[in-house]
Amino acid sequence: MSESEKDLSMLLQKDMLAEHYRRLEAAPETGEPVVYTFVPGNLTELIRSFGALPVLPEINALQSAMRGKSQGYIAAAEKAGHSEDVCSYVKCDIGMLKAGNVSPTGTRLPKPDLLLLSYTGCYTFMKWFELLREEYRCPMVFLQIPYQGDGEQSPAMRQYVARQIRESLIPALEKATGRAFDEERLRENLRMSAAAEDDLVAVLQSAKKTPSPIDAYFGAVYYVGPIFSAFRGTEEGLAYYRTLRQEVEGRVARGEGPTTPSGRLDRQKYRLVVEGPPNWTHFREFWRMFADEEAVVVASTYSKVGGTYDLGFRHDPADPLGTLADYCSGCYTNRNLPSRVEMLARYAEEYRADGFLIHSVKSCNSFSAGQLPMLREVERRTGIPGAFIESDLVDPRYFSAANLKNRLESYFQMLDARKAGVPA
Amino acid sequence: MKRSEIVDWALEVSEDIDFGAARRWIADKPGRKAVGYLPVYAPRELIRACGMLPVGIHGAGERLEIIRGDAFYQSYICHLPRSVVELAQSGRLDFLSGVLFPATCDVIRNLSGVWQLLYPKLYVRYLDLPQVAEPELASDFWREELAVLARDLGQIAGAPPSDAALREAIGAYNEARQLIRELYRARRDAPWSVPTEELYLLLRAGEAVPLEEFVARARAYLAAVEAEPGRVRDRARVIVVGAFCEQPPIGLIKTIERAGCFIVDDDFLLGNRMIGEDVRLDGDPLTNLAEAFVRHSVRNSTLYEPDPAGKRRLIRERAAEARADGVLFAAASFCDPALLDRPMLRAGAEEAGIACIAFQFAENTGQFQQFREQAGTFADAIKLWGGA
Repeated sequence: MSESEKDLSMLLQKDMLAEHYRRLEAAPETGEPVVYTFVPGNLTELIRSFGALPVLPEINALQSAMRGKSQGYIAAAEKAGHSEDVCSYVKCDIGMLKAGNVSPTGTRLPKPDLLLLSYTGCYTFMKWFELLREEYRCPMVFLQIPYQGDGEQSPAMRQYVARQIRESLIPALEKATGRAFDEERLRENLRMSAAAEDDLVAVLQSAKKTPSPIDAYFGAVYYVGPIFSAFRGTEEGLAYYRTLRQEVEGRVARGEGPTTPSGRLDRQKYRLVVEGPPNWTHFREFWRMFADEEAVVVASTYSKVGGTYDLGFRHDPADPLGTLADYCSGCYTNRNLPSRVEMLARYAEEYRADGFLIHSVKSCNSFSAGQLPMLREVERRTGIPGAFIESDLVDPRYFSAANLKNRLESYFQMLDARKAGVPA
Repeated sequence: MKRSEIVDWALEVSEDIDFGAARRWIADKPGRKAVGYLPVYAPRELIRACGMLPVGIHGAGERLEIIRGDAFYQSYICHLPRSVVELAQSGRLDFLSGVLFPATCDVIRNLSGVWQLLYPKLYVRYLDLPQVAEPELASDFWREELAVLARDLGQIAGAPPSDAALREAIGAYNEARQLIRELYRARRDAPWSVPTEELYLLLRAGEAVPLEEFVARARAYLAAVEAEPGRVRDRARVIVVGAFCEQPPIGLIKTIERAGCFIVDDDFLLGNRMIGEDVRLDGDPLTNLAEAFVRHSVRNSTLYEPDPAGKRRLIRERAAEARADGVLFAAASFCDPALLDRPMLRAGAEEAGIACIAFQFAENTGQFQQFREQAGTFADAIKLWGGA
């Protein structure tokens, strides 16, 4: 999308990110401590309460891919002995590091003062940070978030996480930043988070309208960007979500659809629910395959990897450590498969979807393993037809445009036939 | 009991994808039940303490054509889950009253969800192993998890396990672990006497039969080895690292040893050796089990390594203990834990001057020529020049 096609919120976010990367580059001089952590289960409010700046390696990897840099980074990592079979985010990050740690925006990334391994919903996270620890030779602290294998967080699980935060994380952050824990500051950050979360949920749920004023998959990548990364619990984050919500409410009032790479999508022929992360190397081309067919995504699970706010969770300043435990536990990939199916079936119904699509990525077993039986189960429960397409997160070798386009076109034809009452 | 009889028995039990031994055990007495578990580590003591039979589910290797399983998994996911699904969907696991899925990786974790979707009436539990570095925190968490599991298994069995039953089970598994350590020591000291093919089959069979039967056979095997130590031979001593979950075909193990290597340490069926010391029998049994796992589990790719130098040191230490000349990194294709760990482990080995090679397999790999050539060249290089 050219600058002229972008929403105000997108431009605002671009400035926020640029400023964040600028501060990161200057951190060795300004003395701002730097904490690396992951998107799912990120404790941004806590990190920020110590005056530290978060770095999210997945965000760097996906931003590198969107700028066409991931292929070279992955090749460098594979040359250094990393297997072709493993997560391309990891290899992209390692390759970027080996190439001088220049961020996707061109600024240099500082070394971490602390690696905060929030082990939430993804096994690879553990290895990723063990690998980074080898490179940076810096302190690391581990936070284990028990998986919701039974579909819920038990009181013992919650207590375990809160205890780790109190007994391990806070002392590690105090040591890394040289600052004492300030609970009041944490509460204030959590208050701002909750307010921004209200606005985000209003934006995501606006897709229940017809036409949908947002695209809840491709567009939602932008909407969740600040809250999934460095800006939850900040003034900038709060302002961003206020602006975004106003923007979306304006579109609702005017009966407009979202801005897409193919222009504004007012005419929406297909309403879809999508499971799985997007491809980042060909993000706009991929989005266009949907927009050109007048398909809008009304709900997605990827937009819940950094928190399931639309299911009701809000950060609660009254119980700072407990609420952080609740947040981490509820992230999408920390939920078991029946819970994921339940979410998808509910989305299909509440958002009045015509179809359900899984985009499966080679890199991510946390998402991908089990998606085929999930597809059948969602179809069985909702009666809406599903489709399954495959590529990767940031490895362009696994993106086959022709193949994806063919599959999507066939799927849309099938939806047409179904709408027309023709047996598929 | 002759050594050949024990090996024949182990081969027959290991290759029986219908789990005949477990089915016979159940049928022998009304009310008997069995509970399965996936790799790598499950606290089998709890299953035994409830009077049930623990059964290891390690896939079907090359003995089962995958038809239904491939409809559940994409091509870029390892072979084990599709094989396990195939076993289940073909009715071969229908004798199980529950299945445990340990925290090995995201594929095994999500397989627990597939089971919940496919078999909503069956007991399915994901075992979230403790990963944090602080022993007290980890033990408290794991003890709580064990208590929930004991309660649930008790419901399946009809009564919760008593402390006495738990202590008996812990004692029985202590004995089995001691025996396995003894078998590994025997192989390490005289690998020409204990071919890994035989050791592997014995352990694999041991996970499909009552513990007493395994212990009796393993003791007899050890006695047979001592009685007939075999001719001393000189080959390259290697460690096979990375095959802790999806198991290699037996043909691959044979190939490595016939290509001029002696396997003197490995990760095969690692759950049997996950706890490296005896579990205490006095005091609260669940606390003892939890403490044993937290404080004495062998370091491996499925667990967090809190020591920054730990990964690089690991292979060095293992090689020294096994007096190994080299390391074969043998990971199942698409195995995240093994493949993500490999650069760190290999760097540590190479820093210490230990020769390494790496290859990938699948449990149903049927062609071994390339492995024979790789392992043979590796062995020759070690023998001729002391390194690859």
